Amino acid sequence: MTPEDKIDLKRRCFLRRATSTVGGLGLAAASVPFFSYWMPSADTEAAAAPIKVDISKLTPGEQLTVPWRGMPIWVVSRTSAMLATLPKLDSILRDPNSLEDQQPAYCKNPHRSIKPEYFIAVGICTHLGCVPTYRPDKGGISPDWLGGFYCPCHGSKYDLAGRVYQGVPAPLNLKIPRHMYLSDTEITIGEDKDGVEGAE
Amino acid sequence: MNKLTEVKKTNRFMDWINYRYPWDAFMKKHLTEYYAPRNFNFWYYFGSFSLLVLVSQFISGIWLAMEYAPLGDTAFASVQHIMREVPFGWLIRFVHTTGASAFFIVVYLHMYRGLIYGSYKKPRELLWLFGMSIYLILLLEAFTGYVLPWGQMSYWGATVITSFASAIPYVGKTMLIWLRGDYSVSGVSLHRFFSLHVIAIPLLLVILVFLHLVALHHVGSNNPDGIEIKDKKGPDGIPKDGIPFHPYYTVKDLVGIAVFLLVFFTVVFFIPKLGGLFIEKDNFILANPFQTPEHIAPVWYMTPFYAILRAIPNKLMGLLAMAAAIGLMFVLPWLDRSKVRSVRYKGFWTKLAIVVFVICFIGLGYMGLQPVTPLRAFLAQVYTVGYFAFFLLMPVYTSLEKTKPLPEQLTE
Repeated sequence: MTPEDKIDLKRRCFLRRATSTVGGLGLAAASVPFFSYWMPSADTEAAAAPIKVDISKLTPGEQLTVPWRGMPIWVVSRTSAMLATLPKLDSILRDPNSLEDQQPAYCKNPHRSIKPEYFIAVGICTHLGCVPTYRPDKGGISPDWLGGFYCPCHGSKYDLAGRVYQGVPAPLNLKIPRHMYLSDTEITIGEDKDGVEGAE
Repeated sequence: MNKLTEVKKTNRFMDWINYRYPWDAFMKKHLTEYYAPRNFNFWYYFGSFSLLVLVSQFISGIWLAMEYAPLGDTAFASVQHIMREVPFGWLIRFVHTTGASAFFIVVYLHMYRGLIYGSYKKPRELLWLFGMSIYLILLLEAFTGYVLPWGQMSYWGATVITSFASAIPYVGKTMLIWLRGDYSVSGVSLHRFFSLHVIAIPLLLVILVFLHLVALHHVGSNNPDGIEIKDKKGPDGIPKDGIPFHPYYTVKDLVGIAVFLLVFFTVVFFIPKLGGLFIEKDNFILANPFQTPEHIAPVWYMTPFYAILRAIPNKLMGLLAMAAAIGLMFVLPWLDRSKVRSVRYKGFWTKLAIVVFVICFIGLGYMGLQPVTPLRAFLAQVYTVGYFAFFLLMPVYTSLEKTKPLPEQLTE
């Protein structure tokens, strides 16, 4: 055996590692299109653009539901009696002061809205995505019920500002989408005065 | 060794084949000279039944895909088209829907067999893990399939189950959109579930079934006594308590299959919805994102885990408990510290534990089907504790209890 015939184990090991590394990186790079393919397509994104909602016909106490991004967006016209129930519930709510990031900064207030009388929210339970029902009827869910939203799936309860009760499966208050008033009777959902688009 | 081989004529065609492909060798290894314990009982039917249902699901599924249209605005109508206009469409569909439930019935009984006879213990741990993987993948297959008719339960089931992803910290929200391909469950999600249901998951299932069988034939079948038949071999090297799988068990399984098909087609022809258990009533209403059905429950085979999810009043904890409930089944081989495999030789505590487990599992399954009331929520919590106690206390009761002495050979 000549010295040239000897197997250079160090070189072989290096080559094996280099090939595996480059091959592995290549595979990882090749997987990117396959993962990205699952993200919303351009036309799905376009269909998710902000919408305008006319609220001129909404009477006090009434709820309006508009579809946006396949989600029910609620506009509830709250009476002063309804607004008066909100402070009474603070002690039995999970997050009465809206500390969790479930609303834009301009809705982080006791009534969780821009104008106190109009409550705008994404009507999707924060537990597992069901649509809660609007139950303004006092004593409707339990004798001490002051009105709010009740999820039929797993019994989660929210008050008239979409704040979640304690002891129910839902962890968070209802989501408030980005929105703004174009006039007293028209609002835009999905875009706000800060120029930010989207639900978040 | 027997007369049949001596008088066997040489078959030139088979010689040609066998020279090029190990047909005879394969048949011998896996059927005519695969020795299975002679004491297989009723519980040993369910492995064969699972294979039968798998094949039936493949055939009916391929036929359904010929007339089904997987788009948001066509899916529901195309299922009605299959039911009303395609010749025998109703039959193929009901074979497929009944097959889904039948699959879980036979798989659950097959798993229970493994549980009582200790078929997961050394050297069958991998066999058990492959089997559990099949079960997990089967849950995904059933879920993606249930979305396809695009009824209310399809839609809301998909919404609830995909939203599990949103509980994951940091990446949850992005993952949810990634999974659904839209900002809520939509036709986009339906279409990808169709792809997964008809291509990706079945392919994975077949691979796992192959691995399950390879592992089984490598270690050999366990039996109701839980002793190794390979330990006692005759002078011919064949286990004394073993009989060839073919013809003995192939014929036994054929009889079982005849009875199984009788029951199966009674359901298909006369009670395909089984009172809302096999096909839920709300699924005959078109999917509507703006109206949640009054009461959402998954199909019966998922309800035990759904009941565990609901029993815990915290989203992330509930999901973790549900995942743990399935995860614990995977690690069963390492929880059982008993010296013996079969329940026949285990002690009182194991027997009690199995009874408690069965009650809890069925109890949870029932609770998961019902709307929540305070009493039911409490009972579901009790059953959840029982379910977890069965697994988590297993290392304790299996190592402390007194077992009966094992026989030298099979007893019956």
